[in-house]
Amino acid sequence: MALKRTRGEKVFSVFNVIILLIISFITLYPMVYVIFASVSEPVRLIKSNGILIYPLGFTTLAYKLVFQNRSILTGYLNTLFLVTVGTGCNVAVTALAAYVLSRQRFMLKRFFNLIVVVTMLFSGGLIPTYLVIKSYNLLNNRWVLILPGLLTAYNLMIMRTSFEGIPFSLEESAKIDGANDFTVLIRIILPLSKAIIAVMVLFYGVSHWNSWFNAAIYLDDRSKYPLQLILREILISNDVSAMGNDLGANDQEMIAENIKYATIVVATLPIMCVYPFIQKYFVTGVMIGSVKG
Amino acid sequence: MIQNASKHREGTLKYIKRDLVRNKGIYIMFLPVIIYFVLFHYVPMYGAQIAFRDYSARQGITGSLFVGFEHFKTFFGSSYFWRLLRNTLALSLLALAFGFPAPIILALLMNELRNKTFKRVVQTVTYLPYFISLMVVCSLLIDYLSKDGLFNDIAVLFGGTRTSYLLQAEYYRTIHVASGVWQNMGWNSIVYISALAAVDQQLYEAAVIDGASRWKQTLHVTLPGIVPTIVIMLIMRMGTIMNVGFEKVILLYNSATYETADVISTFVYRKGLQEANYGYSAAVGLFNSVINTLLLVGTNTISRRLNETSLF
Repeated sequence: MALKRTRGEKVFSVFNVIILLIISFITLYPMVYVIFASVSEPVRLIKSNGILIYPLGFTTLAYKLVFQNRSILTGYLNTLFLVTVGTGCNVAVTALAAYVLSRQRFMLKRFFNLIVVVTMLFSGGLIPTYLVIKSYNLLNNRWVLILPGLLTAYNLMIMRTSFEGIPFSLEESAKIDGANDFTVLIRIILPLSKAIIAVMVLFYGVSHWNSWFNAAIYLDDRSKYPLQLILREILISNDVSAMGNDLGANDQEMIAENIKYATIVVATLPIMCVYPFIQKYFVTGVMIGSVKG
Repeated sequence: MIQNASKHREGTLKYIKRDLVRNKGIYIMFLPVIIYFVLFHYVPMYGAQIAFRDYSARQGITGSLFVGFEHFKTFFGSSYFWRLLRNTLALSLLALAFGFPAPIILALLMNELRNKTFKRVVQTVTYLPYFISLMVVCSLLIDYLSKDGLFNDIAVLFGGTRTSYLLQAEYYRTIHVASGVWQNMGWNSIVYISALAAVDQQLYEAAVIDGASRWKQTLHVTLPGIVPTIVIMLIMRMGTIMNVGFEKVILLYNSATYETADVISTFVYRKGLQEANYGYSAAVGLFNSVINTLLLVGTNTISRRLNETSLF
């Protein structure tokens, strides 16, 4: 296609690049602003009006305060627990269910499928679910953030489709050698499904990382709050007073803005660091999800 | 005849027995899954009957006084009903109207790039916001839209006056929809970029030989190539129309913006969990779920007819 480009096409190319640059700028700037603002000197930050092109001075005081903060630390640990243990449970149970539903012939297959599909179509709703979980005495229990969402029908369907693509003969020969279903799943199916497992870890992991609503309605005990809920207190309810207890009231007000931005950076950085490594699974994940559940 | 039937039954029994023995492992493996679904999905579904009862904590879900459609009547008759329905539909339809084409356009623009490195950079940058948590996005919005925030600073540069955008009902929809587009456009474009990469290159060569310009190629080769993907994505989206991102609404709205921001699910949350009006709010929630189910079944049927693809 080494044909000569027309004038119009050249003009378009230039415009295209400019448009995409603008889009990238709009996407990136709000985040860059946060980083600049978090290290700026408080006095200059408050006096400045608006757009930061570079940090105003440099101070890491806000970060020091954020790292000294107890609730951010426990929030982090709680979220870490959810993302590791929670996601582990999610993927294990999803794999178990997907294995069963991907088997070829057994009597209750249609019934099992129905059980799953009905939950995709209909849910009890917020209030009945809340009352039921209350009646299980799960309120204020750490596991309330893991158990009710143990399995997502949508993810189960994606994983089942992927398992169905593995040749039946592999399983058959293992069975002849005396393997039971559990062994087949662990030894044959899972080692062949690394990509789909990565996608599941991505989907469940990101949702655990982001979730706050269930924690807000089911947990009372602040020491069990995940990071996002702590963020809500600091950022949305604007409760920065808990942050800098060894500062005078005036200084506190001055640095409040910096603390907010530093908190955002600290809370967003981990997922941004993981991001480049999981990027190659995006396409797989989205494609499997969109083709057929 | 009778003998025949009993023989038949015997055969069925034998079949069941054999199936249970042969697939013992499968049934044991599925047991925890069934327990999960029953405990956390079917029991709440059964509990949805409190929509027809006057809930009292002492009597529990099944023991509370049965009031029939009383809560539904109250809801449909209240002034809230139209406001909630209007806001729910407005937010989701606007999100569809702007959020749906945006990733397609972005993918098409990226597809025209010749510089691969630049393309990768744009992709990486635009995927990024998807991984910022909703909490952080909302706190940024609150910060930037406040009276001394970034947006006002920019407005002042252009001679505007300062306003608290999140306290004005008329701005809520724009803020909600635009921030949604900002956060999800890149991520949602992935599927279209993959579809574009799969378009047969020979078609372009043929089009070039036929004298098609770049624009004509887009119109007659590229677009038809990704239409199936667009249709599937649209159908999948239609089924979730009543699912407005209510967590975002809860984080961003306030009593000053209820007029445009309050949607059915936030109303359920307020009435139910904050005011402990369980029966009534469960009824409102049930109304939402029923419409959702109808939409899902409807779009799934359409999708099966059109593309022979369906979700279930």
